[in-house]
This record gives sequence, C-alpha cells and structure tokens, in this order.
Amino acid sequence: MSDAVLSIRNLSVEIPTRTGVVKPVDGVSYDISAGEILGVVGESGAGKSMAGNAVIGLLSPPAHIAAGEIWLNGTRIDALKGEAMRRLRGKQIGMVFQDPLTSLNPLLSIGDQLTETMLTHLPISRSEAEKRAVAALEEVGIPGAVERIDSYPHEFSGGMRQRVVIALALCAEPSLIIADEPTTALDVSVQAQIIALLKRLCRDRGTAVMLITHDMGVIAEAADRVAVMYAGRLAELGTVRDVLTQPQHPYTAGLMASTPLASAGKARLHQIEGAMPRLDNVPEGCAFHPRCEYAQDKCRAAPAPQISDSHAACWFPLIAEKVS
Amino acid sequence: MLAYIIRRMGQSALVLLIVGLVAFSMFRFVGDPIDNMLGQERTAEDIERLREQLGLDQPFAVQYFRFLEGAVQGNFGVSYRQGRPVSEILLERAPATLELAAVSGILAIVFGIALGVFTAIRRNGFTANFIMSASLIGVSLPTFLIGILLIYIFSVELGWLPSFGRGETVDIGGWSTGFLTESGLKALILPAITLGLYQMTLIMRLVRSEMLEVLRQDYIRFARARGLKDRAINFRHALKNTMVPVITVIGLQLGAIIAFAIITETVFQWPGVGLLFINAIQFVDIPVMAAYLMLISVMFVGINLIVDILYFFIDPRLRVDRAGGH
Repeated sequence: MSDAVLSIRNLSVEIPTRTGVVKPVDGVSYDISAGEILGVVGESGAGKSMAGNAVIGLLSPPAHIAAGEIWLNGTRIDALKGEAMRRLRGKQIGMVFQDPLTSLNPLLSIGDQLTETMLTHLPISRSEAEKRAVAALEEVGIPGAVERIDSYPHEFSGGMRQRVVIALALCAEPSLIIADEPTTALDVSVQAQIIALLKRLCRDRGTAVMLITHDMGVIAEAADRVAVMYAGRLAELGTVRDVLTQPQHPYTAGLMASTPLASAGKARLHQIEGAMPRLDNVPEGCAFHPRCEYAQDKCRAAPAPQISDSHAACWFPLIAEKVS
Repeated sequence: MLAYIIRRMGQSALVLLIVGLVAFSMFRFVGDPIDNMLGQERTAEDIERLREQLGLDQPFAVQYFRFLEGAVQGNFGVSYRQGRPVSEILLERAPATLELAAVSGILAIVFGIALGVFTAIRRNGFTANFIMSASLIGVSLPTFLIGILLIYIFSVELGWLPSFGRGETVDIGGWSTGFLTESGLKALILPAITLGLYQMTLIMRLVRSEMLEVLRQDYIRFARARGLKDRAINFRHALKNTMVPVITVIGLQLGAIIAFAIITETVFQWPGVGLLFINAIQFVDIPVMAAYLMLISVMFVGINLIVDILYFFIDPRLRVDRAGGH
C-alpha cells in the first residue's frame, strides 16, 4: 500500500440540493500503483468520473469532498486549495478527457499549448520546451511532428487530436493519469490504437492510470485491475482476470452476462432488471438489492460490507456460494 | 487572402452604390430646396433659372449619374445653404466628429472589455453584480437624456466642465484638434462619455455572456486540468475565444458611434458633421445630406472590411476554410 501512487480512502463526494444532500461518491477506497492501470467501470451516474474529478480537484461547486482522504505519492492532497492544487494539476496528475474535438483550444497552435503547459510546470527554457514539444508529439505517434507543431487543432482528425491530448496530459511527466472515457468519442478502429498508446506510454514511464470507462472491452484490453462502481459505491475490486471471469458481486456478474460476445451466437443477451437508483433515492442497505436476484433480508437491512479482504461489497458473494 | 479582400472590396463598392441610390432618391421627397433658397419675393423665372443652375431640371438618372461622377472625385457639389463646396465643409467639420468618436470608441472598448471580463470571472461577487445592475442604466437610458443629466450635474451644479462647444482648437495642417488645449480636452469629456456609454455597456454585457459561455467549454476545463495559471486561462485561452464574436459587434458599434454622434452633437452643440447634417435637414440642403450619408456608409463598410480581415488573425479556422475556396 505504501508504494501506491494514488491512494483513495473512504472518499465521499456530496452535492447539496434543494431536496437534500446527494452522494455521487460514497465511501470509495482504492489504490493505484506505479505503472498500473486501474479500470473504473460503471453506468452513467455511478460516480466514476466524479471520483476522478475529486482527485484532480476539479469538482464543480457545489459538489465537494465531504469525507475521506486522497493520498498522492505519500502526500495528502484532498484538502489542498487554489494555488497548491493548481501546481499539482498537470505536473503530478494529468487528465485526458472524453472528447478530443472540444478538449483543445481552437485558437492556439498545438505547439503553443504544449510549450505553455511545460513552461508552467518545468524549469526549462522556451527553446528547450519547443524541442520537447516536438519529441512529445513524436512519442504519441503524430507523423511529421516537426512540421505539424504549428498546426491548429482543426487540422487534425479526431484520433490524432486525442493523441495530442495525451501528449498534453503527459508533457509535464505526471505520476498519475486520469483518463475519463478517452475512447468513447472515437471511431472503433481508432479506439484500440489510443488504448495501446496510453498503455505503452504509461508502462514506459511507470505512470499510474485511472482509466474511467463504461466499455468492458476497453477494460479487458488495457486494465490490470478493475473497480466496479454502482450508485456511488464500490461494488467489486480485483484483477481483470478475476473480475471478468469469476465475478463475485451479482451486479458485476450481471454486467458480464450482458456483454455481447462474438462467440456466443445469437442467444438473447442477459439483462439486469430495473435501473440504477437515482442518487437522491438510493435504497437502504445494499444499493443493488432491489435488482439482485440473490437478495435476502440482510441485504435490505444493512449496507453491504466494505471491500477489504473480499473482492466484492456483497453479503453473499457468488464464489463463496459456489464453493460452499 | 488577397483574393478575399479584393472580393470584399468589390462587394463594398456595390453596397455604396446602392446606399447612394437610396439616399439620392429619398431626398427627392424631403422638399423643394428652391423654396428655402429664394426669399418670399421670387418670380417664376428666378425659380426656373436656379433649378436649371443646380441641374434639378434634369431627369433623375442623369442627376444620380452626375452625383456619382462627382462623388468618386471627392466632389459632392455645392451646399445650397452656405454656397461653398460640400467637401470643404465636411473636411472642416470631420475632425470634431472623428475625435469625439475616437475617444468614445476607445472608452467603450477598453472599459467594455475590461468590465466584461471582470464581471465574468467574478460572476457572483458583490462588485460584479453591482456593475451589472448599473450597466442597465447605460443600456436603457436614451443618449440625449444621459447628455442632459451629465450637463446638469457637471456643468450646471458643479460647474466643472463646459456644457457645449469644443473649446479652443489648434490647427495642424488643416486638421483642427481639441486634444492640445485644456479647454478642448475638458469640452471633450462629457460628450465622449455620453456617446460612448451605451456602446460600453453593450460591449461589456456581450463580453460577459460570451466569456461565461467560453469558460464552460471543455478546452477550458482541460486547461485547468493541466494546471495552467488562472491568468493564462482567463486572458490567453478564454478571452481570445471570447473576442471572435465580440469583434463583429464592436465593428458595427464603432460605425454606430459615428452615425449616432448626431444626437450627442446636438445636445452639446458639438461642431461636427452630425450637427451639420441636422442643420442641413432643416434647410433641405441636399448635397450636404447626400454627402453625409455617403460618408457614414463609407465608414461602416470600411470598418466591416477591417473586422473581416481581423478574423483572419484571430481565428486560424477561417484561414484554412477560406483558402479552401468557397
């Protein structure tokens, strides 16, 4: 645990609303080590992006961190404010957004945006920054980086722009990258390239990655470990292999069963009945119990156990059932 | 880009031709200048002779053509009222209006953008809210009322500033400027504020709303996520994007400042072309009116041309799109 780049402990994010306080993130804990890719999956509104925004200190008010701790390389950062947090962003935590078409400033050349970011964080000269900008573009696989350094974002395709975004996120050499749905807005053919790129760069540099996505395929492809989120809480946490092949939480199992496989033929896909609860109306006990086919009285009465020894936040994890 | 500018200048010339035609034909209906020029004791012969002298007996098309022919050479005919060439009168009056418009325009742009950015960045602050509320006054009060209010406060009650005229002027190579004398500068303050206030509040409110829109964009979020300094985000990333739509409006408003100087010049008896135009209307001084309208439209068209060219420097997307040939 001490070698973890990012350590989140019991993190809760709250948004006060007219009808009461909602908790888009509720008591979430996980670690990411250097060079490791943690996939965070869940439906829309499960709190996966919200947790990422909390880490980088970009929650939009009135959302705020209500409880818990965030540690980055051994320093507690959840209470950092203003200028101290700004120094951290870009320098220690990089972020990649979903839509490369809107993430880049249309009026500044990509070279400008790269050098600006480097000069903000690194003690280097302008000419050195310009040199590094070209190198960064080459590294993310932009052909003809020297000629394209003065190009504007609109002169690149979507996939190329996402490469530029990744170069921007990595240019000050952060130890953690938060990639929030980095492939969702891209063509399927480009998705795999971007994932491979992200994977390679982070392995090479030993960067920890929080890969937020709802795409199980991306998780299977890229992640080392998976955190499954449901209604703001962590449902299951484990290695990709364990979670994908032997899910313990009924929700994860349902997700896996509803993922189409090329090998599965034309059988009807499994469907989890109902919908994720609205955040202002999360049920008592385990949040998943109204939709869970294994739910028992205990699930309705008491919140599911925290993930610690077991992989799943469930009173009756599926593996245990099978074993006994 | 050169091809684009040439094309735009061709369009501008067409616009001016049409404005000229409209202006010229409109003045056929404002009254007969002969009535004013000759006194009560006129004979039918006098009228006929003068009509012939002025070319008013010619067919409409011929008159228009003559007007254009002269206008291209900078000759707008002779004022019916003053009996002097119109171009001479306009040149004499133009510095007053241009100086007033320039000062108002600069005031409006500088304060408009500064306050707009301020109210956008501190959008929930007390000062920002106060400025926003106060700006409603600027938007809603008519110009002449603001002028009269300012005269009442600063000239009548406090006695600090003159209520009319241009003060002493200095002649530099045919350009009479009020910038170099104390009385000239003092006389400029109230009219400049009166003329620029509406434009300033308009620019300010526009900059604010555009900036708020830009600050919500993903690339601003991404810039924040890269840890860029607030100053760089607000002024380098956000303001530049804000300016694209704002510049169009500023361009139009600069034209409007010159055009609407008529009201301010009337309130402050400012000896510019606006006042000249008002007097010309009363006297049905067609050559002066026509020349004034042409002058204003030349300025409007010219400013718009400059605005279009400015886009090239601000927005790289246009450079490519246009080069792509539309």
